[in-house]
Amino acid sequence: MSIELPETAGVTEQSPEELEALLDELVIGRDDHLNAPGYVIKPDTVVESLRRLRDDAGFDHLSCVTAQEYDDRYESIYHLKKFDDPTQEVSIVVPADKENPVSQSANAVFRTADWHEREAYDLVGIEYDEHPNLKRILLPDTWQGHPLGQSYDQDQPQVVPLREHKNPLLEDQRAASESETMYLNIGPHHPATHGVLHVKAVLDGEQVVDLEPDIGYLHRCEEQMCQNSTYRYQIMPYPDRWDYISAGLLNEWAYARVAEDMADIEVPEYAQVIRTMGAELCRMAAHFLALGTFALDIYGDFTAIFMYSIRDRERVQNILEDLTGQRLMFNYFRLGGVVWDLPEPREEFIENARDYLEELPTALEEYHDMMTANEILQLRTVDTGVLPPEVAKSYGATGPVARGSGIDYDLRRDDPYGYYDKLDWDVVVEDGCDNYSRLLVRMREVEQSAKIVEQCLDLLEDWPEDERTIQANVPRTIKPKDDTEIYRAVEGAKGELGIYIRADGTEKPARFKIRSPCFSNLQTLPEMSNGEYVPDAIASLGSLDIVLGEVDR
Amino acid sequence: MSSDNQQPFVTDRSRVTTDTQDARLTGQDDRFNSRLREAFGSSPFILTKFDKFMNWVRGSSMFMLQFGIACCSIEMMHTYAVKHDLDRFGAGVPRASPRQADVIIIPGTIVSKFAPRMKRVYDQMPEPKFVIGMGSCTISGGPFQEGYNVVKGAEEVIPVDIHIPGCPPRPEALVYGVAKLQERIANGESAPVVVKPYELEQFGDLERDEIVDQLAAEIDTDDLVMRYNWADSP
Ligand code: SF4
Repeated sequence: MSIELPETAGVTEQSPEELEALLDELVIGRDDHLNAPGYVIKPDTVVESLRRLRDDAGFDHLSCVTAQEYDDRYESIYHLKKFDDPTQEVSIVVPADKENPVSQSANAVFRTADWHEREAYDLVGIEYDEHPNLKRILLPDTWQGHPLGQSYDQDQPQVVPLREHKNPLLEDQRAASESETMYLNIGPHHPATHGVLHVKAVLDGEQVVDLEPDIGYLHRCEEQMCQNSTYRYQIMPYPDRWDYISAGLLNEWAYARVAEDMADIEVPEYAQVIRTMGAELCRMAAHFLALGTFALDIYGDFTAIFMYSIRDRERVQNILEDLTGQRLMFNYFRLGGVVWDLPEPREEFIENARDYLEELPTALEEYHDMMTANEILQLRTVDTGVLPPEVAKSYGATGPVARGSGIDYDLRRDDPYGYYDKLDWDVVVEDGCDNYSRLLVRMREVEQSAKIVEQCLDLLEDWPEDERTIQANVPRTIKPKDDTEIYRAVEGAKGELGIYIRADGTEKPARFKIRSPCFSNLQTLPEMSNGEYVPDAIASLGSLDIVLGEVDR
Repeated sequence: MSSDNQQPFVTDRSRVTTDTQDARLTGQDDRFNSRLREAFGSSPFILTKFDKFMNWVRGSSMFMLQFGIACCSIEMMHTYAVKHDLDRFGAGVPRASPRQADVIIIPGTIVSKFAPRMKRVYDQMPEPKFVIGMGSCTISGGPFQEGYNVVKGAEEVIPVDIHIPGCPPRPEALVYGVAKLQERIANGESAPVVVKPYELEQFGDLERDEIVDQLAAEIDTDDLVMRYNWADSP
């Protein structure tokens, strides 16, 4: 009873030497990371190197771009993977001059580099040559300095002129420009943007001709917070607040995984089962909210679907509260395990959870009756917001967004961690590429999650009493060796949630970079909505299921 | 209404008054003996100040602004929806437009880019308006207080009537906070107004003399600034 592993025979794996031979004259040094070989290249050969790796070696997934400042240089790291086999990784390290940090943009090879590099420019201060639109992305345009750079003075006053925030609709946009188009401002305070997203749309009649998401309204310095906290205890509460739609345990796992791999901590099997169960419960809760708000976006269904989804979330949250002691911000994982065992009496907890799972099929049927079988919803979602797989890959889309476009990519199976590889479940893939497929993927994933939880409950029930180790023996302070670098990802509720850490020999990370799935997924919004009607753009935004805490971090 | 009263409804005026009066006095028909009457005694008039009456009305029917910022908004949604159902307390009608709302719940971390927007939403709400700060973030910046981009509490931007601590506060806590706010409104209390972030404020309490007038003339009122003095923030 274990999940079928994907066909990886077709994906040739290159040895580090082969890759070096492929990059040949471009490589000027090696800087290996724990997870992947790293090649140092010159700042003006980025496009060439990435193109060779993508076209000749099959590294088609630019997972993340990390920028950081050292005492003597700046550095951009491109973390590459393969969609067909994410365990094959390679890092391209691009040092840039300390005085004048300029580096070539990767935008020509991977579209996703656009936002990632803007963020790097905004927070660290590296400038990217040939970048189509290099301006600040998370902070206001008038911001002075680059906050994650070394010389930043956090106490300096910052000024944001009101003109930056003036109402863009004050003047009649059409009359002013004498064009046929109209400017439509959506957000940042708008019920359909799922938080504080700002979308600038240009319309021609009812159709969208240009659409630009403007983010940064919830940029609360998560990376800085983690860099100021100790590995052992202080970082763990923060991941809960990245994707706050009840996906807390999934996020905590991202940090737990990277830190455990870095410090070489072995997690007891029993704890892995509890983690797997908790994480899947979180995924269910997160997907329920996605369903509820999607119905709200599409046909303003506040009374039925939304309430149903909140009802189901409440039930999941009750189970999670029994397990962790918290409704939303769990802080339940510890490095090397979880903080406590299942609540006593165990039988009651297991029975409660089973009860819930038993009633789930009926609930899901209700959702199907009211959503997928609903003609209005079908009219609004089938064949709207189309995202072809190649485009999705180029933007680094992952999670249900990628799986709704027929990309068979799920880190739980492809890069196994926890207990997933010993359980029996399926990866849900739909190849409609439209809003409807993304909705379907989420609904089916809830079923799969329930299947996983059920198996975990069986395992936990029969686990011999004297083998219930919930935590490995982990030292009180963790100080990974100087200059250890690692990038690791898990499958969060929205997709690949990765973390890059560089250690400097102290008990706090020197660089902590979060690769947020929503950040990349949101980038596909203009692709999906240009040329479509405004309501379809709203539907596409809903189907992306972004959470701004994770987009802005 | 007593159902065992056999008399059909009579239109004869002289009889109606005495009948109902009798019925009431003998306890047969207690529809006039409402709780209100108990509270105000036997007088058929309610004597109150109009202000006081308005305050009571305001507190008893509040329109909330549908306003989500961060993690706390998830718990806020739960408070509105089934199980906790804030509507039970006469305060559960979320309005999407600030122009129709009485109360704004601020559920989350405020960062420098969002603060002016929030101020504008607040400004768009009609008077009288009330503000509930939900979560530690609106008190002090919460877990992100040391962040370079985080405004250290909602009070830096707009006046807050009720603070609800917690990260996030449980829905029960939010319900309690709303009930407290209703109590305060009914008693005619609300927060003192603070207008911190605008530069003009620096001249606000100066006496108007030549220099101040000149300085004031130099200010481009179309381009006031939001200034974040991180060092002075709490
Ligand atoms: S108080 Fe806590 S839960 Fe609420 S917004 Fe702030 S960090 Fe999130």
